[in-house]
Amino acid sequence: MTLAPQQTSVQPVDSVTVTVDGIDVRVPKGMLVIRVAELMGIEIPRFCDHPLLDPVAACRMCLIEIEGQGKPQPACAVTVSDGMVIKTQRTSEMAEHAQEGVMEFLLLNHPLDCPICDKGGECPLQNQAMTAGRPEARFEENRRTFPKPINVSAQILLDRERCVSCARCTRFAEQIAGDPMLELLERGAQQQVGIGPDAPFDSYYSGNTIQICPVGALTSSLYRFRSRPFDLVSTPTTCEHCASGCALRTDVRRGVVTRRLAWDDPEVNEEWNCDKGRFAFLYNADGRLETPLVREDGELRVASWPEAVDIAARGLAAARGRAGVMLGGRLTREDAYAYAKFARLALDTNDIDFRNRLSSDEEAQFLASSVAGRPLGPTYADLESAPFVLLVGLETEDESPIIFLRLRKASREGRIRVQSISAVRTRALDKMQATWWPCQPGNEAWALRQIIDGPQGADALAGLRQPGAVILVGERLAAVPGALSAAAALASATGAQLAWVPRRAGERGALDAGALPALLPGGRQVADATARAQVAAAWGVDSSVIPTAPGRAAAAMIDAVLGDRKRGDADEEPSVKALVVAGLDVEDYPDADDLRRALDAVPFLVAVSSHHNEVTERADVVFPAAVVAEKAGSFTDWEGRVRPFGPAIREASSVADGRILGMIADVMDVPFGSGDFASLRAELDALTPSTTDRSAAPTVSSSTIQAPGSGYALLSTWRLLLDRGRLQEGEPHLAATARPTEAVMSRATAESLGVANSATVTLSTDSGAVTLPLSIGDVADGSVWAPLNSEGSALLGIGATYGSVVRVTGGAA
Amino acid sequence: MTPLTPVITAHWDEPDYFTLEGYRRFGGYRALAKALTMEPDAIIGTVKDSGLRGRGGAGFPTGLKWSFVPQNDGKPHYLVVNADESEPGACKDVPIMMANPHALVEGVIISSYAIRAQHAFIYIRGEVPQAIRRVAAAVREAEQAGLIGDNIQGSGFNLRVTVHSGAGAYICGEETALLDSLEGRRGQPRLKPPFPATHGLYAVPTVVNNVETIANIPWIVNNGVEWFRQFGTEKSPGFKVFAVSGHVNRPGIYEAPLGITMRELLDYAGGVRGGDGTVKFWIPGGSSVPMLTADHLDTPLTYEAMAEAGTMLGTGTPMVFNNTISVVKAVTRWLEFYKHESCGKCTPCREGTYWITGVLERFEHGAGTDPDMKLLEEVCGQIAGRSFCALGDAAATPYPAALKYFRDEFVLATHTPVDETFPPVAGYVFSEVAAR
Amino acid sequence: MSELTAETRAHMVELTHRYPEKRSAIMPILHLAQSVQDEITPEAMQMCAEVLDLTTAEVNAVATFYTMYKRRPVGKHHIGICTNTLCALLGGDAVYEAVSERLGAGHNETDVDGTFWLERIECQAACTHAPAMTVDWEFMDCQTPASAVDVIDRLARGETVVSTRGPAIRDFQATEHTLAFPDDGLAGEGGEADAIMCAGLTVAKERGMSAPPAPAQGA
Repeated sequence: MTLAPQQTSVQPVDSVTVTVDGIDVRVPKGMLVIRVAELMGIEIPRFCDHPLLDPVAACRMCLIEIEGQGKPQPACAVTVSDGMVIKTQRTSEMAEHAQEGVMEFLLLNHPLDCPICDKGGECPLQNQAMTAGRPEARFEENRRTFPKPINVSAQILLDRERCVSCARCTRFAEQIAGDPMLELLERGAQQQVGIGPDAPFDSYYSGNTIQICPVGALTSSLYRFRSRPFDLVSTPTTCEHCASGCALRTDVRRGVVTRRLAWDDPEVNEEWNCDKGRFAFLYNADGRLETPLVREDGELRVASWPEAVDIAARGLAAARGRAGVMLGGRLTREDAYAYAKFARLALDTNDIDFRNRLSSDEEAQFLASSVAGRPLGPTYADLESAPFVLLVGLETEDESPIIFLRLRKASREGRIRVQSISAVRTRALDKMQATWWPCQPGNEAWALRQIIDGPQGADALAGLRQPGAVILVGERLAAVPGALSAAAALASATGAQLAWVPRRAGERGALDAGALPALLPGGRQVADATARAQVAAAWGVDSSVIPTAPGRAAAAMIDAVLGDRKRGDADEEPSVKALVVAGLDVEDYPDADDLRRALDAVPFLVAVSSHHNEVTERADVVFPAAVVAEKAGSFTDWEGRVRPFGPAIREASSVADGRILGMIADVMDVPFGSGDFASLRAELDALTPSTTDRSAAPTVSSSTIQAPGSGYALLSTWRLLLDRGRLQEGEPHLAATARPTEAVMSRATAESLGVANSATVTLSTDSGAVTLPLSIGDVADGSVWAPLNSEGSALLGIGATYGSVVRVTGGAA
Repeated sequence: MTPLTPVITAHWDEPDYFTLEGYRRFGGYRALAKALTMEPDAIIGTVKDSGLRGRGGAGFPTGLKWSFVPQNDGKPHYLVVNADESEPGACKDVPIMMANPHALVEGVIISSYAIRAQHAFIYIRGEVPQAIRRVAAAVREAEQAGLIGDNIQGSGFNLRVTVHSGAGAYICGEETALLDSLEGRRGQPRLKPPFPATHGLYAVPTVVNNVETIANIPWIVNNGVEWFRQFGTEKSPGFKVFAVSGHVNRPGIYEAPLGITMRELLDYAGGVRGGDGTVKFWIPGGSSVPMLTADHLDTPLTYEAMAEAGTMLGTGTPMVFNNTISVVKAVTRWLEFYKHESCGKCTPCREGTYWITGVLERFEHGAGTDPDMKLLEEVCGQIAGRSFCALGDAAATPYPAALKYFRDEFVLATHTPVDETFPPVAGYVFSEVAAR
Repeated sequence: MSELTAETRAHMVELTHRYPEKRSAIMPILHLAQSVQDEITPEAMQMCAEVLDLTTAEVNAVATFYTMYKRRPVGKHHIGICTNTLCALLGGDAVYEAVSERLGAGHNETDVDGTFWLERIECQAACTHAPAMTVDWEFMDCQTPASAVDVIDRLARGETVVSTRGPAIRDFQATEHTLAFPDDGLAGEGGEADAIMCAGLTVAKERGMSAPPAPAQGA
């Protein structure tokens, strides 16, 4: 297979010739004057203008002269026409004078608090006041003041006297996020940004308003008064939270991450990110492991690196061929690759799995056939231009917020139809003007087959047959037998592009790196001799070194450990004698108790982790790993786009996973290499993508789900964007903006369960119960939705997950 | 001497003229019957030929405005009547709505038919409930008489009319702000282009016309272009409902051909009241147009002659002030109005009115300075032509005009409070003297 | 204060039917809310938001833009006195001062028992009837300080006060209801145009002036 050429169809554009400051330039017709000037390197000052927001021409800072017009015109709102003669402030006295006037007006009531303002030093108003401002103020009246500041949300504070009413924030809220919870209030000189009574601006994207505020009116609780821009060292980075792949800028002050901003990447996140990406980084500092630990007399003690490496190497060497690797989904692509390579070379096993979540063999097959090692695409641009997008098992706003923004953008421009097969009609669906296809959790496979076979799917079928249509499937389809098979079949039947959207940043990269039992790097199959030979050649080993025995997924590894122990057969060597566990949170595993027992039982456990956790406390050897901010690496986003980043904290002394494995392999005398970042990346790049055959898509037939019995409902659940996630720890202001923890069901369901008049409901399983406020909403009948991992709703802890049957009772348990 | 020519106002003294029966007794709704026999385009043509210009202040040719509406485009069209009369000095639409609501309603039906609108809105400022009641009652009567509704008079033409109450915002007199307000938003003006003729209410073709403009339509349709054009001038044809207020002995509504002079209107209004009996300054059509003085009493009240005199006809509602009035105080109060009514959207108007008002208030208290006079001129110059809509231009109007004619008063106000120079009591139109 | 009820909500929904898009009904809906409660309360914003599928921020944005929507209780009567230039200089300032003193209240304040809300209003489109005053937005034209105070006194005593160009004064909330639902049966009150509105017509009749007659029909 070869890389498909990028389909960049170049449309012929009508172009016009205009003159800007005496220079003739040919530009597309309909372009805004301010953009034309930008292209030419002419900077016209502006406040309200933002290329991703609708023009409003409110601040009047960008007034320029257009020949033949008696008065100055706003460059941000006037489109060019052929022969237009434009004079900016550089060549027009009228424009220069008008801009000076506007600047003077803006500064009339602006406080002179730059020295204590967060924006000071990176403030468009401050900067432009230097170029277009008068040296002396002529305003002698009383300045407008407001009691300061007010919280528009727990996270965002507003200093109204600094506001210049550019309406970037309110337009962002309404146009981009679709959350018109931040509005201009009052009028005239009293006009101010504000919210509804007791209705905070709890948008998932609220932090963007701070970034696009051209003055210091909006600040975050997290960063306010913490730093000066010139004390920060900035590094372009990639967000480590979800698979959206946002470009970020990480600002570090004295070795500590102080702030993160969305960085401009038109192909991915444009200029936006979500609040989790922006504000959830304090985990970097708290609860870190600082040194290696080894177990001695049953207790962990601090050890030197050589000692810990030596113990790990000896323990793993002894278990060679009977050791497995379990990874969390948040490793960088390079580190995941290091584990994939380490498993095969040092541990002689294909027992490796990055899916610390609900998973299935069908999913592994699907990933191998349809995702792993695939070249880029479908992309964000493909989504934006798609005529039709089908979402299945994916709640974009919670699980991949930048996908949501792109789909909303396209829907706002009226170009796209979005349809969602889901148990819940969420606010996000309304914001994308999406069609909701109510579907009980577990019935997705049936619904997908209906698109081809049944009358209900006619609309979706027609949509998917349009060129450019896309199907996006979420990772929770792994819980629905037959769903991923049906999705693959549907894509091939209709010609629609298919993309799998995992939730965690590291999953796609780990998949492409070969961190699954049946896969080698680049989507190569372990079972394929050619593939093994290619990988062996890249690794500089004989092809026979790559193990061929079928590997085991996480659940099978756990079974192997527990099964061996249960059998208590002293003569039989346990089939898993050692585990290497990295970046994994036990609570995230669907059968966390099984995993805990396995970690307790396995004879030798090596943990690699940045933080103390349930794995490290059970381990025989613990290695402290660098967090994302401390190392170079890359993530592969859901598109298959590699998103590299460098270390933001350059003075960090921590060590990346790959280098730790390199040290262990060295002692084990395995030809692994040093495991340094540059070598790992070079090797992986050389192995990606592969041209070897890929396996066939799974053909698991869909089982019909059983209607829940009386008093029971099917559970639809996913992780809210803001919840109990480990990486969000330490940021109470962010947590306070999370969506409410509640159980949602239709009125009909509530009535049939006899809870319609209850303020709260209890969802229970054999393992426990949670009690949540009840909210009536649009949910497929017979189903109940609740957040998977929110405070008061840790459903995995009661053994409930997507598609589980739960007992529903009114009131508390 | 230009005669008074009551047309719209001709029967206002009839006790029931505001009812359907009263209106019909004097020929009401005959124009509608005639219009429904005409092709819509023919009505547009008639209005174009009449030369009727918008009576809301800008004087844009009404027929031309209608002709910008794309026809047979398959989209709904809307007629929106701007009845948000809030301009200081303007007080002619509210009387029309109270005394002759059916002329407005008949005009609405004919105009909607012409521009192929099936839903018309009459946006009336909220502070005049009696005008709102009268218009709503007229609409109700017309509905009951089959003049509004489905298949009007068997013509196949359907029309709904919605009477909408505003809630206190001068800016909603700006047509795009009015449209945003009518859509349920803050009444802030929209970017133009696109213009309402193609992207108006709910982003479809819309005509926004003033009350008096629409109230003219029945007479134009019924009596014809020639009849209409026999008065007024080539560029300002027709009649005008003038509202004369201020220091005149008989303030009130005077309907006369365009081209009548202020001196003639003053005569009809019983001459200048109080003071020394002379006009100190007057404003032809709302505070947003520059003031004139006694030197301009013989200038015809037409769009073109007023422009030539450096002002505008505006709403055609002259305010007259006698020599007891402080121009500084008058201008200050107008600026306070513009500051209060600035919508806040654009910087020059929002901040500029705030600034000017502060400086003028110092003048009012005798604490202006010489440099302040120059400063105010410059600030006005930075608002005019820089603001988003005409409100900013309007706010920048009173001071330069006042300075042009009454510079001395501003100089006086650099040391003496205006209430000392011009005791307010002297201007009052009642003889009670305030006790303080 | 009265509660917003299911009936209020039903009336709000009814108002939406006047418009092609229901958001357009926000202004009459807020007037209606003020006819039940004499201000725009957070609960009213909430109900309005629910009826129109808006956020309360969007409702707040509108409610705070227009001066007729109040954020504090107005009381029984809203007293407006025009102090824009023309009315002020013809005596409106003195009228305002007198009423302000009578009520012990300033601009946008109520008297001590919360019965009267006093407001310096902008041009009321009654310049020909200067100095203009409004009671519950009904015209009280051509005031003097004494006449205006007398109006207040009579209202305070519960006597009937009739608008100079409209019905007998009811109260603020009743007018707000009219602004939402104008068909209140009072359109005929006040009768024909008053002498000021007929000033030109009177002169024309005195002097035998009239508009040229319509041409013979059929042309």
